[in-house]
Amino acid sequence: MINKLWALFIIIGIITFIITGDYEGLNATILNSGQKTFDMVIKIFPVIALWLGIMEIATASGLLKKLSNLFYPILKHLFPEIPKDNKALGYISSNIITNMFGLGNAATPFGLKAMKELQKLNKKRNEATRSMITFLVINTSGVTIFPTTVISLRMMYESKNPSEIIPICILTTFISLMIAIMIDKIFARRYQHE
Amino acid sequence: MSNLILPGIVIIVIIYGLYKKRDIYNDFTNGAKQSFNMIFEMFPSMLAMILGINLLLDSGFITKIFSIFSFKFLPVDIFPMAILRPISGSSTLAVLTNIFKVSGPDSLAGRIASIIQGSTDTTIYVLTLYFGTIGIKKIKYALTVGLISDLISIVTAIILVNIFFH
Repeated sequence: MINKLWALFIIIGIITFIITGDYEGLNATILNSGQKTFDMVIKIFPVIALWLGIMEIATASGLLKKLSNLFYPILKHLFPEIPKDNKALGYISSNIITNMFGLGNAATPFGLKAMKELQKLNKKRNEATRSMITFLVINTSGVTIFPTTVISLRMMYESKNPSEIIPICILTTFISLMIAIMIDKIFARRYQHE
Repeated sequence: MSNLILPGIVIIVIIYGLYKKRDIYNDFTNGAKQSFNMIFEMFPSMLAMILGINLLLDSGFITKIFSIFSFKFLPVDIFPMAILRPISGSSTLAVLTNIFKVSGPDSLAGRIASIIQGSTDTTIYVLTLYFGTIGIKKIKYALTVGLISDLISIVTAIILVNIFFH
């Protein structure tokens, strides 16, 4: 599926550029993407290094273990395949907590660590596991309680009540998260039977 | 309040490490060292995705297609926002800012856009980053479920804003 989507983006993009006659823009876009990727990776590099450092202290001291024990009653239903004492659960908890407060930058390294631990449990090295997909779905459907960026933008553009959206935001997040988890469970079951 | 969360995490982790008599300085540098490998592992898949995404966005395809739609309960500006949301975080933010500038944050479009921004994430980016870094090639049903959940968030946002604000 990712193959088709990728091809679709590239083909539609190039054809639209050609129809509008913007050949210079087309060439520039292709050539610049390497530089843009490099800039992006370089930009998150120090953030990842910093949080992996902090995270290592939390792992070595056993703090992460405590955190995952706290969330285990909920997590064991979402991730039935992860053994109780696995580090992945701690990283997943930290990722979800930081995401709740809209701190995407700090959440990414935790998410990457969680994925690495899940990969250690994986028997087919290049195939996604059920737990990995559930974790991604929770991540991408969003768990934000306090959307920091949106509220500061609303302030900047002189909203009469910048934070009025918070209750609806939480409600939307909750409804869509519940439905997403249900859909994920249905797909996982269907995939097992095939 | 939210400004204190990150420093709070840092200080709790450090104090707990000291309390457990860990070699915390060494632990920190060991952890940070792992980031080099991660960066190398994520680069190829990020490059592939950014090439595709930039071609699609820079060509102007999305804005051209969706400028023809408009409904009373669903302002036209929401379409590019909804399409871009799973693909690119920075361009969604640009569309959001533009909606605030043109219609204001307290308009129907402004409120729906705020909630879409606050309650969803950049699915394709997160998927590429996480699966690319650990070397997963077969993603199975991950993208399908991810995109369906984005769609649900967006539809929920539109319905709830219409019920509660307008």
